[in-house]
Amino acid sequence: MKTLQELEAIRQKTLNELNLRKNREDGIRVVVGLATCGIAAGARPVMAAFVEEINKRRLTNVTVSQTGCIGLCRLEPIVEVYLPGKEKVTYCKVTPEQVGRIVSEHIVNGSPVVEYTIGNFE
Amino acid sequence: MKEISLHILDLAQNSIRAGAKNIVIRVLEDSAADTFVVSIADDGCGMAPEMVKAVQNPFVTTRTTRKVGLGIPLFAAGCENCEGSFRLESEPGRGTRLTGTYRRTHIDRPPLGGIADTVAMLISANPALHFRYEHKRDGCAYALDTEELRRILGEIPLNAPEITAFIIEFINSNEAELESMEVQKS
Repeated sequence: MKTLQELEAIRQKTLNELNLRKNREDGIRVVVGLATCGIAAGARPVMAAFVEEINKRRLTNVTVSQTGCIGLCRLEPIVEVYLPGKEKVTYCKVTPEQVGRIVSEHIVNGSPVVEYTIGNFE
Repeated sequence: MKEISLHILDLAQNSIRAGAKNIVIRVLEDSAADTFVVSIADDGCGMAPEMVKAVQNPFVTTRTTRKVGLGIPLFAAGCENCEGSFRLESEPGRGTRLTGTYRRTHIDRPPLGGIADTVAMLISANPALHFRYEHKRDGCAYALDTEELRRILGEIPLNAPEITAFIIEFINSNEAELESMEVQKS
């Protein structure tokens, strides 16, 4: 069973990377809609997939946060990606399976996955 | 909502939007009394008595009172459908406490579900807040408290990916432990 003792080891390991993260000003933000509509549509596994994928790829300049209902409940789960100096990109009806492509093509390589974006739904 | 943990994720958003600094989530199972109790207590802005009444009705939602909506009525209906009950206590300036009770063995009671993801996502998206999650089943209990994590981690933020991964594993393994204790008893 996991215990809190293991945290000390994780702390040591994380300290080095922490400095790396602190010095990044060019942060990328991933924002997941986490209101009743989003959660009911499956936003939690989507958010968990983003956190896991970003951790796996050791992307130290990306943060995942949450927001409320933006009034497009029928298109939930909705994810917004903010790249510094670029316009916000809104993804609709996101599934955990799509997260890998969004991270690799958009967050890592800078080109949005157009077929998943709001333009394809509206 | 197919899982109780999804309701918890949803209802905790109300606490966050109410400006809470401390949010305590409790799951209390009692097999002798056949109850499954979920409570969420916060120290947010709280609500006036008329608001407490209004939020329990899904049809009074207005745009200016954004925190009102379907979250609470859905949860309350789920409890009542399982021979349970729902209680909402709140006071302006003091905070809010929601308590939902299900009959534990009711055929329609949803599973707790992915509580590890719920708690980990709450902490990772709100690293500055204090969360405490407790799960007690009959004689056995465990808790995850971000104050304790912070004491060990020092300057490392609670939304560091390594910490999120740890929280998920910690809760999953403790939930499994609670599960196995029940099997041993029966």
